[in-house]
Order: sequence, then C-alpha cells, then structure tokens
Amino acid sequence: MELTTIWFLLVAVLFTGYFILEGFDFGVGMLLPVLGRDDRERRVLINTIGPVWDGNEVWLITAGGAMFAAFPEWYATLFSGFYLPLLLILLALIARGVAFEYRHKRPEPSWKRRWDAAIFFGSLVPAVLWGVAFANILRGVPLTADHEYAGGLLDLLNPYALLGGVTTAALFLTHGAVFVALKTVGDIRERAGALAVRVGVVAAVLAVAFLTWTLSIRSSTAAVVLASAAAAALLAGLAAARVRREGWAFTGTAVAIGLAVATLFAALFPNVLPSTLDAAGTLTATNAASTPYTLKIMSWIAVVFTPIVLAYQGWTYWVFRKRIGVAHIPQH
Amino acid sequence: MNSWGFQVDALDVARWQFGVTTVYHFLFVPLTIGLSVLVAILQTLWHRTGNERYLKLTKFYGKLFLINFAMGVVTGIVQEFQFGMNWSDYSRFVGDIFGAPLAIEALVAFFLESTFIGLWIFGWERLPKRLHLASIWAAAIGTNLSAYFILAANSFMQNPVGYRVNPDTGRAELTDFVAVLTNKVALVTFPHTIAGAFLVAGSLLVAVALWHLVRNRDSADTPTYRFAAKFGSWVTLVAAAGVLITGDIQGKIMTQVQPMKMAAAEGLYSTESPASFSVLTVGSLDGSRELFAIKIPYLLSYLGTGDPKGTVHGINDLQAQYASQYGAGNYAPIIPVTYWSFRFMIAFGMAAAAIALLVLWTHRKGRAPHNKWLLRAGLVMPLLPLVANSFGWIFTEMGRQPWIVFGEMLTRNGVSRSVSLTEVLTSFTAFTLIYATLAVIEFRLLVRYAKAGVPDLTPAPEIDDSHDDAERPLAFAY
Repeated sequence: MELTTIWFLLVAVLFTGYFILEGFDFGVGMLLPVLGRDDRERRVLINTIGPVWDGNEVWLITAGGAMFAAFPEWYATLFSGFYLPLLLILLALIARGVAFEYRHKRPEPSWKRRWDAAIFFGSLVPAVLWGVAFANILRGVPLTADHEYAGGLLDLLNPYALLGGVTTAALFLTHGAVFVALKTVGDIRERAGALAVRVGVVAAVLAVAFLTWTLSIRSSTAAVVLASAAAAALLAGLAAARVRREGWAFTGTAVAIGLAVATLFAALFPNVLPSTLDAAGTLTATNAASTPYTLKIMSWIAVVFTPIVLAYQGWTYWVFRKRIGVAHIPQH
Repeated sequence: MNSWGFQVDALDVARWQFGVTTVYHFLFVPLTIGLSVLVAILQTLWHRTGNERYLKLTKFYGKLFLINFAMGVVTGIVQEFQFGMNWSDYSRFVGDIFGAPLAIEALVAFFLESTFIGLWIFGWERLPKRLHLASIWAAAIGTNLSAYFILAANSFMQNPVGYRVNPDTGRAELTDFVAVLTNKVALVTFPHTIAGAFLVAGSLLVAVALWHLVRNRDSADTPTYRFAAKFGSWVTLVAAAGVLITGDIQGKIMTQVQPMKMAAAEGLYSTESPASFSVLTVGSLDGSRELFAIKIPYLLSYLGTGDPKGTVHGINDLQAQYASQYGAGNYAPIIPVTYWSFRFMIAFGMAAAAIALLVLWTHRKGRAPHNKWLLRAGLVMPLLPLVANSFGWIFTEMGRQPWIVFGEMLTRNGVSRSVSLTEVLTSFTAFTLIYATLAVIEFRLLVRYAKAGVPDLTPAPEIDDSHDDAERPLAFAY
C-alpha cells in the first residue's frame, strides 16, 4: 500500500477515534441541563467524563498534528479556509475545558450556573460545527488552482452541511445519553436510557438522510457498505438501549459513529479536499502529501507509540469502570 | 490608510494574534512544567517518609497546579490550529518538517500527560498508592517531553537544519530527521526553557508559603510552610544557575547561527573585536543611533564567542551582508524591542533568584522574620520569572524577524492569503476577550486557593483491593 494511503487511513482513524470518544463527552455536556435537574445530578454527569475528557480531546490534537505532518497542503487549505467555524470550535473547547476544572472550585450557585452554560454551549457548538466542517470537506469547496480557499462563510452554510451538523449533534446526544445510562445508577440512569431511545430515533432518521445524501454526492462500494453497516449498528444500539442493555447500546452507538465517519472518508478517497471551482485545485492524498521520507518516519513512530497509547488509555477506562450515582457525591 | 493615519493589514493582526496567544499560553506552561515535577517530588517524599506534611503540600500545591493546568491545555489547542488558520503559506512551506514534531508531541507527550493527569485527579484513595504516585510522574514526564518536541519545531525556525528546498515546489523537505531533533539550538533551548519553568514554579512555592508564614507564626502548619519556602527557594536558586549556564551557551550558539539576533540583543551597530557588553544604552527613538551608554569592555566578546577578544558582528555589517545574500530589504529586527526584552528577561529572572537567597538567609537556623517588606518581595516573586519567560520568548521570536524561518522564508510571506482582515480581526478580538476574562478568573481562583492554605487531613479509609470498592468508584474531583 502507498504511504499516502496509509496516512489517509491513519488520519481517518484518528478522527474516527476522536468522534467516538469526544462524541459521548460532547453528548454528556449537551445533556447537562436536560438530565441534571439539580447540582448533585449535574456533578454526577460531569464526573462520568471527568477522568477521560482531556485524553479524548488529545485525539483531535493528534489528528490535527498528523494532518499537518502527513498532508501539509490539506491542513493549510482546510484550516485557513474553514476559518470562522474553526474559531468557534476553539472558543467552545476553551470555555468547556476550563469549565470542567473550575465549576466545582466555588460554592456559589451563580458561579456554577455560568460554568454549566459554558459546558452546554462548549459541547453543542463543536458537536454541530464538526458535522458542518466534515460535510463541506466531502461536498467540496471552492478552491483556486493553487489550493487557496476562494469561498466565504456562506459557502460553508449550505443545506447539506447544515444537515451534517444537525446529524452529528443528534448522534453525539444519543451516544452521550447511552454513555450516561451505562455509567450511572439510580433515577438518572433510567431517564438517560429513556432519552437515548427517543433522541436515537431522531438521530437515526437524520443519519440515514445525511448518509444517503452523502452517497449521492460521491460514493464508492466501500462507502455504501460502511454506511449500511453504520445504520445497522445504530439501530442495533437503539434496540439494546430500549431493553436497557447499556453495554451493547454503547457499543452500538460507538460503532455507528465510527462507521459513519469511516463512510465519509471512504467516499472522499482519494481526494482529501475536492474543489468545486477549479478542478486543478482539488487536493488529493497524493498532491497534498509530505515526502515519502517524512511519511516513513512518522509511520514508524505511529507503529511504536499508538499501541502504547491505546493500552494505557483503555486501562484508564477500566480503572474508572464503576457506575456512579447521586449517593456517591460527597456533600462538600 | 484609515482616519488615524496608519494602515493595518491582515499580516499585522495575525502577528499580534500570534504574539498575544503565544505569550498568554506561556503564562501557564512554566507552572505546568515545573509544578508537575515539584508536586511529584512532594508526593514521593510523602510516599517515602509517610510524613503527612508532604501529603498536605502535595494536595495544596496540586490544587494550584490543576487550576493552572486547565488553562495551559485549552490555550495550547489554539497554538496548533493557528499555524493552519493564520499562517497557511508557512504551513505549506515547512509542513514536511514542522508537522512531524507537532504530531509526535501529541502522540507521545500529550496523551501521556492528559491520561495520567486524569488518573491522578480522580485516583486519590482509589488507585493503589504506588500507581497513583506513578501517575503524577507520568504526567510530569509527558509535560516535559512535550516541551522538547515543540522546541525542536521552533528551533527549526531559528536555525533550519536537516532539510533541502525542493526547486520544483519551492517547499522545504526533510532530509535528516535526527538532525532536526538534535538541532543544537533545540538541545540548549530545552534545558534553558525547563530551567526557566522551574524558576517560576519554585518561586510560586516560596510566595504562597511565605504569605502563610508571615500571617501566622505559630500555627500547627508553620513547619510545613517553612519546608515549602526553603524547598522552593532552593529550586529557584538551582533553576537560576541552570538558566544562566544554558543562557550563556545559547548566546554563543546564537552568535554563530543568528548573529543578527545577538547584535540586536546588544544594540551593537558596528562590528567590534573585542566587543563590550552594554549594560544600558539609550538610543534615538528609531533605534538607529546611540545617545548614552554604560558598557563593560570585553564582556560581549566573551559571552558571544568565549574569547574576550573575539569578533562580534554589528547590525550594519550584517544588514549589508544579508542584503547582498538575500536581496534588497531590511534584515534587522526592531532594535529597541530586542534590546530591552533581552535585558528585562535577565533582570526579572535574576531578581527572583535574589529574593530566593533573601528568603533562605532570613529563615536560616530556625529564624522566622515578620517583615512586611520580605512578604511583599515574596509575593511579587513568582511574577518576576513569569515576566522573564515572556520577555525571553518575545526576544527570541522578535529577534528572528523579519524571518519566519531564518534565511528561508520571510514572515510576511507565511501569512494565509485567503484569510481576510475582518476574519483575523474577529479572531484576534475574540481570543483577546476570552483570554482576558479567563485570566481574571484564573488569577482570583489561584489567590483564593493559595489563601485557603494546606488542607486538614481527614483520615482516609485504607484502600484494599479485595474489598468491594463500589462505594468509592472515583475521587469526585469535579
């Protein structure tokens, strides 16, 4: 296999991992005002993702770094072209990350309310905008022959991309609700489970519509297979959520998000950012790539360190595998 | 040209944004680097001796560390995105080389840091003690490793090595990865930066402990704070020695690889051999002539070359040399900025070391002075090396100008062509506002938790792995 293909796959894997992992912690953030009826319930929700959200976010930093290292043209064109959506994502991630750490640092209800709002919007904004961004990558954007973005903000806010945004938000919401049901005990677990099914049905309809639209824009056999499998996994996950088999439900939504992201990358390949303006502007895994020497070195580093990272990150989830509930929350 | 009579373009704003977001990010980085290790040391002392004093200090400074850590994390993401957003032509030019250390930093260091910090925060009384201790060390190692990779990337911009420029694409291409990682600028900048970080962390230990010592001389925790004040002072002194030694080596390397930066640090216009060191020079407003100066003969030659009679090239000669080498243009940085940032870096950093000496002297042999001037000095102490760190970065980045990659790419050619002035102004304004707000919140929280003092230790139930631990699934830190 070509090194450029391997790195296309690796970038795809990193974004897939990012959306599966941060997907549920975006979901938990968006559910904070819905499932958390009082401060103790909100603390339960935040503590379910407390030990892991930061590690989950490193998947994004690694994906961004890998894109920069392996496909500098893709990184440069995408990040300068999608300027305002990325700015909003950054501001949201800043507010959200600080909120997790600072919310409990003062007892005043007004203090906590403000950080709760930061967690909610800080989760909602990226959950929508990542969908908008990836839909636009797939749809293609106006690029000049020397790969400069030639559109404006409104070019990114087309109906297909907006559907993508709503879809990712609904999927992450479902994934988050399933995660809360899996990680908590008591009343909150029941409510999260029931909500997961209701939101999940909406997410499934949106996801099927979005993936169908996606495959009508560009498609490959692999993409069709992956999209069908994604839909099946989501339905299986929802069925499991309905009968309160939370482990299976979470597996279902995780696999569904993973396969949906994989569908986008499979449909995109070998392009990485198609141009709708000048065909010469289209960025591909070949013309956007670094030199074989750089890709070879990066491959070795990825081969050595990725298994180590997966091992200790997986172990963290094992350490904090126990369910938590309102009864566990200390009084202070 | 606008109604105020000056012109602002996207390049200027992008540069200001990079300066503001980077200096701001680096207000949190030194404490993260230094305090992670110091907290790990304190916890190790507790683990080894069983003395509760060290546990109290671990928890106390650990809280301050985490308040600061959160800010470092979230402002760091901006840095990685910013290269692509505002500096896309730079990213295209250097991506083949510069992207790799960033990706490795995330894969090798950030995962380690973020995962184990989570284990440490939520693992109190949950993880076996040894494993919990190992977690803070893993996080500290991750943090310090990350510094190496990002400094290797920055060092390529100061002294590009291990590459060639492809004549067909006009892009820099990696030819020797080991050379990039062992760039002599990176090898010396790493210990310099780490020592600078410990200067801040040690000073914070002193400041907080001193405040409690002066306020309350006879509390049960007085010996605990005495230990923290002395330990912090020693850390500060050793770090100051480290900063001086590595800074001296840096000066010599800079004279070789970026002679213009050295000349600009000194405001040295004409080549001198031997060259004298300027303690204080007042120049004309545009920085082109000197009006008044105090100088130490031979010192600059010695600092720059190791030989008191060595030749140090001046700005005017280097300008002429670069103009013939790279074409017409101005190749000198803004001299007052480099000259003063270089001096402020040294002065503020050494002031912290002086206060550390004062604290050790006044607290020798069980003495416990109740002196408000000592307290005031102690309270400003952490701010001094923090400001020194900022000036150090301002010096090294402004001193490289007009280059973004020395000798290869001008800063003005690295900016994103597709990003409008409105867009970059929007992002600059948004970051400045959110950063300013968070700065106020963070500072108040730090003060609040610093004032609260070391915690009372309520006896924690011993953790026994055979016991059903469902009642305490994790430490509810949030």
